Amino acid sequence: MVNYNNNNFSKGTDLAVILLYVMMVAIGILCIFMVEYNPNLNWSNSFLTAKTNYSKQIYFAIFCAFIAIFILLMDSKVFTALSNVSYVLGILLMLATFVLGKDINGSKSWIPIAGGFNLQPAELCKIFTALILAKFISKPETDFSKLKSHLIAGAMIILPAILSVMQHELGLALVYSAFIFAMYREGLPPVILVALLSFAILVIATLLLDPTVLSIIISVIAGLIILNLIKRFKRNKNSILVILSIWMICFGTIKYIVPYIFNNVLECYQSTRIYSMMGKEYDCGQNVKSFNKTAINKKTVRKPDDYNVKQSKIAIGSGGFWGRGFLKGTQTRGKYVPEQHTDFIFTSLGEAFGFVGTFTFLGLYLFFLFRLIRIAERQRSTFSRVYAYSVVGIFFFHIAVNISMCIGLFPVVGIPLPLISYGGSSLLTFTVLVFILLRLDADRQMVLR
Amino acid sequence: MSVYNQNRGGIIQIIIGIIFTILIAQLISVQIFSSKYKLAADNNAIYRKIIYPDRGIIYDRRKKALLENTISYDLAVIPNEAKGVDTNMLCQILNIDKATYSKRIIEAIIKNTRVKASTFEAFLSAETYAQLNENLYRFPGFTLSERSIRSYPYNTAAHVLGYVAEVDVNFLQKHAAEGYEMGDYAGMTGLERFYEPILMGQRGVTRFLRDNKGKIQGAYEKGIYDTLAIAGRNIFTSMDVEVQQLAEKLLQHKIGSAVAINPKTGGIIAMASSPGYNPNLLTGNQRRKTIGRLLLDTARPIYNRAIKGQYPPGSTFKPLGALIALDLGLITPAYGYNCRGSYGACGDPRKCEHHNPGHAANLQLALAYSCNSYFLQVFRMAIDDPKYHNAKKGYLKWKEYLNAFGLGRKLGVDLPSENRANIPDTAQYSRDFGGAKYWNSCYMLTLGIGQDRMTATPLQLANAMAYLANSGFYYTPHFVDSIENEDEEDKVMLEKYRSKIEVTKIPKQYFDVIKEGMHDVTVIGTAAFIKVPGHDFCAKTGTAQNPHGKNHSLFVCFAPKENPTIAVAVVVENAGYGSTWAGPIAGLMMEKYLNDTLTTESKLKAENLSNVDLMPAAIKSWYVRNNKTEMLTPIEYNNDELADVWDMEMLSEIAPAKAVMDTLKKIDTLPATPPSKPLPTNKVNKENAIDPLEKKKKATAQKNGKL
Repeated sequence: MVNYNNNNFSKGTDLAVILLYVMMVAIGILCIFMVEYNPNLNWSNSFLTAKTNYSKQIYFAIFCAFIAIFILLMDSKVFTALSNVSYVLGILLMLATFVLGKDINGSKSWIPIAGGFNLQPAELCKIFTALILAKFISKPETDFSKLKSHLIAGAMIILPAILSVMQHELGLALVYSAFIFAMYREGLPPVILVALLSFAILVIATLLLDPTVLSIIISVIAGLIILNLIKRFKRNKNSILVILSIWMICFGTIKYIVPYIFNNVLECYQSTRIYSMMGKEYDCGQNVKSFNKTAINKKTVRKPDDYNVKQSKIAIGSGGFWGRGFLKGTQTRGKYVPEQHTDFIFTSLGEAFGFVGTFTFLGLYLFFLFRLIRIAERQRSTFSRVYAYSVVGIFFFHIAVNISMCIGLFPVVGIPLPLISYGGSSLLTFTVLVFILLRLDADRQMVLR
Repeated sequence: MSVYNQNRGGIIQIIIGIIFTILIAQLISVQIFSSKYKLAADNNAIYRKIIYPDRGIIYDRRKKALLENTISYDLAVIPNEAKGVDTNMLCQILNIDKATYSKRIIEAIIKNTRVKASTFEAFLSAETYAQLNENLYRFPGFTLSERSIRSYPYNTAAHVLGYVAEVDVNFLQKHAAEGYEMGDYAGMTGLERFYEPILMGQRGVTRFLRDNKGKIQGAYEKGIYDTLAIAGRNIFTSMDVEVQQLAEKLLQHKIGSAVAINPKTGGIIAMASSPGYNPNLLTGNQRRKTIGRLLLDTARPIYNRAIKGQYPPGSTFKPLGALIALDLGLITPAYGYNCRGSYGACGDPRKCEHHNPGHAANLQLALAYSCNSYFLQVFRMAIDDPKYHNAKKGYLKWKEYLNAFGLGRKLGVDLPSENRANIPDTAQYSRDFGGAKYWNSCYMLTLGIGQDRMTATPLQLANAMAYLANSGFYYTPHFVDSIENEDEEDKVMLEKYRSKIEVTKIPKQYFDVIKEGMHDVTVIGTAAFIKVPGHDFCAKTGTAQNPHGKNHSLFVCFAPKENPTIAVAVVVENAGYGSTWAGPIAGLMMEKYLNDTLTTESKLKAENLSNVDLMPAAIKSWYVRNNKTEMLTPIEYNNDELADVWDMEMLSEIAPAKAVMDTLKKIDTLPATPPSKPLPTNKVNKENAIDPLEKKKKATAQKNGKL
């Protein structure tokens, strides 16, 4: 159906998304340039030398452009056909990191490849997971209104997430929760969303409030509901049991689950970060993992845990309404924000261009996301739609978490800002995600299986 | 089937929308409504370097600089860059050992981090500086930096000029709004303190960008916010450096003070307080060695007795007492009192020095001979003034006069921490005597001869003389005549010193009588042997009893008799008769000021006088006990003696009160001359030093009312 001649190359491809993509990558390079800028060096030379991060990012971008064109030239059927294989390959690569892995910034999730570049399989696995999820749901025999299908899909998603946790990449693992968007769109009961949301609220409340106070509040709420609906209970005795069991679960969460998560699942530094965000102190003595690694922690903990967030907020806040101007941010020039070219890249933008800059930037992102949703909804094939929602979810999750963390709304987890943060793996992943979607969209009239 | 879920696309959009709204709300709060982040960013990244302007210079009336600025060098180090230093050589030049070297490097790191410069050694001597400068290439990371310090070419007027020192936490709290910062220097006492805003000038600020390690990245915003330093302005005083030096020389080895004022302007010509110190001792690297010693010296060399010492004026008060009685119409110049050698009207007769009949036949004679009986009588008349029928009212009127003369209140001289001394209040007497009804003029009889609870500072005494010299007015005594480039604000400040103070309306003829009497003092009276070649002058001697030992020797005077241009007050503590010690000192000061030079004879006299040692025994014994020579007087100072460094361990040896007596006894048995040099100096340690014998003497003396 598709002719690969020059006339038709761009036919059906969504130009708005490509335009937005190019703008984002350009903004990203500009931001990295602001971070790396050194008035004592001749920057026009260093753009080409691959010695600075912005010049490296340019080479990454050029490489990604080739990959993008290559993807657009492929046949859409390739993606459905290869989705199973690629997923297995991705999982194998992730397993390989445990053997070949190179330690970068404390996580052993990188595989060194030629030329001093490193590959992070967990990043690529997002694509493969999106593909296999789409493939699974679009299969005619799958009835996604059934619990069994939900569990199978959940398992596909959770496997790479668990592997990521084992690589100490909590941030990447969390990203997999983004697939809930796609699943929800395909029929996941909203109750699950509501339950997850309630759980999150409960965890935060547990951290913020005294457990006793919180227990009383919950009991009062439960009591009020029972009083209010007392007539209905006369007809339906089960619902009172439901409310009571929810009430019990809440108690369990406050008393056992939350402490368990913080003391046994999370690392000491992660718990500390989350607590410090709430303005509290976490006693690492309670953390099971810290018992084994006390010595290591002592060495690594140099600055107070909220140092990153503090400096990041100062950078963004000092931008004010209009910003301090291009290359004039003192926080950026003085290198006060750690990891500013990767996870905290948003700060250089916020400092230089102020609220005007950040607002415009978020507007671009929002437009981008809504555009992707629109693309998703115009697909005829389930495969394409599921895949599209997966891409929306991944992008949205990265953006929301990264920016929240920069402005102190979320604990610090290592998640890059899509298309902006420095890093070849991350740029490549998002490029592939977007362009596979564009390829599928170009064939939206076709029904893929 | 998924078609049924189409509305869920919308729900997802709503969720995304909500999250973005939250993000933007937080951005609004952080970027638009919080100013603290901008501040925090500036604190992080902007390093303000203060450029210190040169301080203003203080000149005397002939435009001689009483103090100047000189350059001193500091050796600074950036620990991070101090690699491959030839430590052997450096230690040798600085005369320290390697342990000290490492200790200082560590201190520098603690104080200012590794990448910033810290002072390694301050105030290098010229020789050390030269050696270091030559070999600096051997010491990477070390730099020599300049700083401006004070120097005092005439080694004089330490108390008046005051000193400059690094500000401490206390100072910063007190002067929070004036923009001082840790490490700044500011005038702490004297004129340096009083005229600090003028002398200081305006500091300049250069802003630099620094990175997260504190390294300087370059100028901030290309220096558009930088300000230039504006040098401090010079001030011109009415002092005469030669008279000042003479006064200090004459007071050496004595405790006391001398103040000379020009009555025509209120400008202070000289103000000496002894023991003093050489102001050069409190600059540069000498300061550390000296300040502790000065503070601990029992004779209190940094205490400015001229404005803080409170002395009973004794007989020097008599002219003022007479003036009050004249103005109240209680006596006439012809009033006489038949003194037979004592005053017994209040029972318990008070002694007078003179017995010959007729020595108090009129006011002029009574002043010339300083007859105690006469002035006790005059005082009683004033208090028991029939106009008031009440000793209290009479007393208040009398006190009002004294306050108008500038006694018992702060004059407002341009030095910090002036003392108001004491003219007692009726409340004090009422309390002590059991109520206002229960006392009369006999209860504080000796106020009439400047004793009892009356005290005055030497400055107040000199000012009272200026008031007499001017026949009824004075200018607030002050040092500063003018300020370089005086602006409106300065004029307002100096206005106070340029306006005549004329509180009383006493007729001129009364002043003339007093002046005649005071002139007679210098011709036929108690000061007849003191001469100022070429000039008639008016004077009054005083020998004041006091609770601290021997009588204080006082002398007040002004000259020339007609059209006076100098008024002097001299106090020598525990020295004896006013005419013997204070008188000649005042005489020589007047001569120097009026004639600009001393005659050969006067020079010899001055030389002899300056060598006389009138230090109280208690102070000498303190020096002996502490194995010290007394604080050197400014003029005598030389470098060898500075080597005598104060040893803090001696603090522990400062004897408790009980031990003092033993020492005193020991001293009595010692050969008469204590250590090599004559001991100059200071004030008695009051609590410890009172000899029991002297106490007794004093008790009896008080009764006798010696003048």
